[in-house]
Amino acid sequence: MSDACCSLLSAAPESEEREWTLSDYESALARWCPGCGDHAILTAVQRLLEAEQLPPEQTMFVSGIGCASRFPHYLSTYGFHGIHGRALPIATGMKLRRPDLNVFVVMGDGDCCSIGAAHWIHAIRYNPDMVALMLDNGVYGLTKNQTSPTSPKGMPSNTQPRGAFLPPMNPISTTLGVTNASFVAQTGDWLPAHLYATLQAAFRHHGFSFVRILQRCPQYTTAIYDVAVRDPNLVELMVHPDGVVVPELDRIIKNKVPHDPADLDEARRLAEPDGKIRLGVFYRNETHPVYEETRAVPARSASEKLALLGAELDRYAV
Amino acid sequence: MTMAPAPSAPRPEPSLLRVDEHTVEIVSDPGEGAQKCGQIFGRVSAKMGNGVWTVEIIPAEIQPPARTPSSASGNRIRIGTKPITNWGDAANLVVAFNEQVLLHRHRLGALAKDAVILIENRWATHDDPDICKAWGDAMEEFGTASYRFIEVPMEEECLTVIDNPRRGKNMFALGMLARIYSRDLEKIRGLIAQEFRKKAPALYDQNVALLERGWRWAEEHLDFRIDVPAVESTRPMVVMNGNQALAIGAIASGMELCAMYPITPATSASHFLSDIFDKFGGVVHQAEDEIAAIGVALGSSFAGKVAFTITSGPGLALKTEFIGLAVMTETPLVIVDVQRGGPSTGLPTKVEQGDLLAAIYGQPGDAPHVVLAPATMEECLLCMTTARRIAEAFRCVVIVLSDANLATGVQPFPRPEMSEAWLAQPPDLAPVREGVRPYDWDPQRGISPRVVPGQPGGMFTATGLSHDEWSHVGYTPDVHERGCQMRSRKLAVFQQMLKPPAVNGDPTGDLLVVGWGSTLGAIEEAVERARQVGLSVSSLHLRFLSPLEPGLKEIFQRFRKVMTVEINYSDDPNDPFVTPENRRRGQLCWLLRAQTLVDVDCWTRVPGEPLRPGQILQAIHESMPQGASR
Repeated sequence: MSDACCSLLSAAPESEEREWTLSDYESALARWCPGCGDHAILTAVQRLLEAEQLPPEQTMFVSGIGCASRFPHYLSTYGFHGIHGRALPIATGMKLRRPDLNVFVVMGDGDCCSIGAAHWIHAIRYNPDMVALMLDNGVYGLTKNQTSPTSPKGMPSNTQPRGAFLPPMNPISTTLGVTNASFVAQTGDWLPAHLYATLQAAFRHHGFSFVRILQRCPQYTTAIYDVAVRDPNLVELMVHPDGVVVPELDRIIKNKVPHDPADLDEARRLAEPDGKIRLGVFYRNETHPVYEETRAVPARSASEKLALLGAELDRYAV
Repeated sequence: MTMAPAPSAPRPEPSLLRVDEHTVEIVSDPGEGAQKCGQIFGRVSAKMGNGVWTVEIIPAEIQPPARTPSSASGNRIRIGTKPITNWGDAANLVVAFNEQVLLHRHRLGALAKDAVILIENRWATHDDPDICKAWGDAMEEFGTASYRFIEVPMEEECLTVIDNPRRGKNMFALGMLARIYSRDLEKIRGLIAQEFRKKAPALYDQNVALLERGWRWAEEHLDFRIDVPAVESTRPMVVMNGNQALAIGAIASGMELCAMYPITPATSASHFLSDIFDKFGGVVHQAEDEIAAIGVALGSSFAGKVAFTITSGPGLALKTEFIGLAVMTETPLVIVDVQRGGPSTGLPTKVEQGDLLAAIYGQPGDAPHVVLAPATMEECLLCMTTARRIAEAFRCVVIVLSDANLATGVQPFPRPEMSEAWLAQPPDLAPVREGVRPYDWDPQRGISPRVVPGQPGGMFTATGLSHDEWSHVGYTPDVHERGCQMRSRKLAVFQQMLKPPAVNGDPTGDLLVVGWGSTLGAIEEAVERARQVGLSVSSLHLRFLSPLEPGLKEIFQRFRKVMTVEINYSDDPNDPFVTPENRRRGQLCWLLRAQTLVDVDCWTRVPGEPLRPGQILQAIHESMPQGASR
């Protein structure tokens, strides 16, 4: 995320030069289940904030409802824990009038792909400069095991006890299909180095950075990703200098596919399910206009406004 | 009914009818510009110093089948020597582009028994026999009324200036009206110039030629003129509709973001704002849906730039969950609901006051917030700053209830003297003192200072979950009770700052009529007429609906009977199935009964049009308590 159009920064008091440490971003003890993938994601995010030296007061985490959406409570930045599916409009409103803030959105799969699907599609199109993390565990966890749009077909849940009726939707293909898709990546909670590198690439991208994080739920959906955790051969890394490069993984994951994130057609092909869990940057394009920049208008002083209002009223004068 | 062709010989001296007020309607098929004609006639009358109130006559579709009663589109303009506060009872003079749209108005009882009707003359002798028959049938239906019909060769006259009379009849009609009512042609030319300033100058010339043609025709053929004396105001005045007033009010309040989704009849405010907001550093964000619209506004507000969203009933329903979130997080937010007929899609273009209880109580859980309702176009403008200030001072949601009558009606009012004090302050991003909590509720006032992202040391996570002063999630009984209590207490404190409402008329009497919103003018006119015939009636009009203004019970007790007049549904007490026990009452009526324990009655109607003062007067007559003094 660049810090373009920081109109309000000038109004902020000059903060003294200080170095932020990991503890500056830590807050309450996370209350996710032991073994939940969200813990690893939280740690990676805290590392990113420290590495990028983001002032906590200039950083905003917005979430919806669900296990993943407890995220802001476990950080000591500003946070907004809203309602189910609606994190993106809130974040868009913040970015629209406060482009100086670093905005992160944390959603679950139900949040993003189901109840908030309209906002997801349109946020991609608006392309505000923010990072949107979709923590995808393929289940509604907080409400105790209901089928989600990304649950694998056949997966039993409390609402579909004889197995999910439908094949899961593909959030990556969906995102890649929307006008103005800007940054689309996928990573997994069990590969911290890849997770971190992907978050960093997303943050440094100027535009709407959508990251689907495959996330293990030890309570309900261990089966979805455990095979891949145990067998790295099921994973394929997309590699390219413009994507994420994680040398630490060279020894563990042998499957690699060179993929230039500028190639949208190839990205769409790679996103199609073919038995491989593909991680890395599918697509990256910084040429799309960023919504808050498109809609930026020069600020007016109070006296300017009054003069203009006077002129406006003249048009209605009797 | 008298039917006469227009007198053929020019009359040297037409009769002059001098009246205090007169009501004009112009009706056409959509696309023929009757609305534009009516708007300009209203504005020029205002400019000349007449009191004016206009009401749009709008079909539900953009281009319904032409020449049908349901296609009637146009404007009613009531002008007077004194200020005009409502659309009146019936039209005295009508310009109709065909007999079918006139039929629509006739069937609604919108025309005075002795109305003068200037009607296009080509239909009676049209080549199409179906049209001739339709004309004949319509004339038969009009037969019972004693209208004075004057057939006008509008199309023929317009063809001397333009090729397509559908695109010019309205200016010809305006010319006739200008002559009949002695409107200032120079002022009309100025208004036409404003209208076409973005289009080709040739259009301006053409429109002015048609205007003058209409004037000349009326001068040469009509045997009457009407004089509604005007008194030029000593104060500078402006004239606009309620949605324009809301938009200007929003700008004057200093808000810089309107997040909306298209919905009738709210959207015209956003059209207007979209045209000019960027000049003021503002943005209209058209969201993907109603829910996102309030979400975007909420996000901006939380980040320190208070925003508003504007909608109508169905949109308000969709925003419900977000309203609760704004209440719970104590995020200042202004929501404008320009009400229309409901439930569901209801009557999208027509007036109703049916959202009051939904606005106040529509949210699950206890979600205290402020609901206010402007009663005039002027109040539409002023209330936006009021709403924004309350929202910021009390960290609360403010819902503004306008309606279709205010939204599309036009009325002149004193030019507001706006000042810098109206404008929102930019967010203060100074560091937060150590120990200050994000919900540091002052037990004396229930309010807590707002902390805004960007303020060092103030970091917290706002949440829709029950929380304590630190915004820490807490499910314990004491945390939830205390949060609810503080969010409610600030409303109690706010209510104590309100003034008791003024009674219009005597402070005591037989009947007190209570209203809210756009019915102000019609109610007060009806009450005035009732008092003239010796009835002991007063009225009271509420602006704050939640919390209610103070002192109501004490005022009500000074009257033998209290009755609300509202444009929402209530059961007729004479309905054979309705008993005092099961009777469903008007929405304000419910509120007042609950609040005051006074046996408040109601008289409500849902005609899809503004109430007529004559109807209200009749309701007053019928509702006078037993043994009322005469």
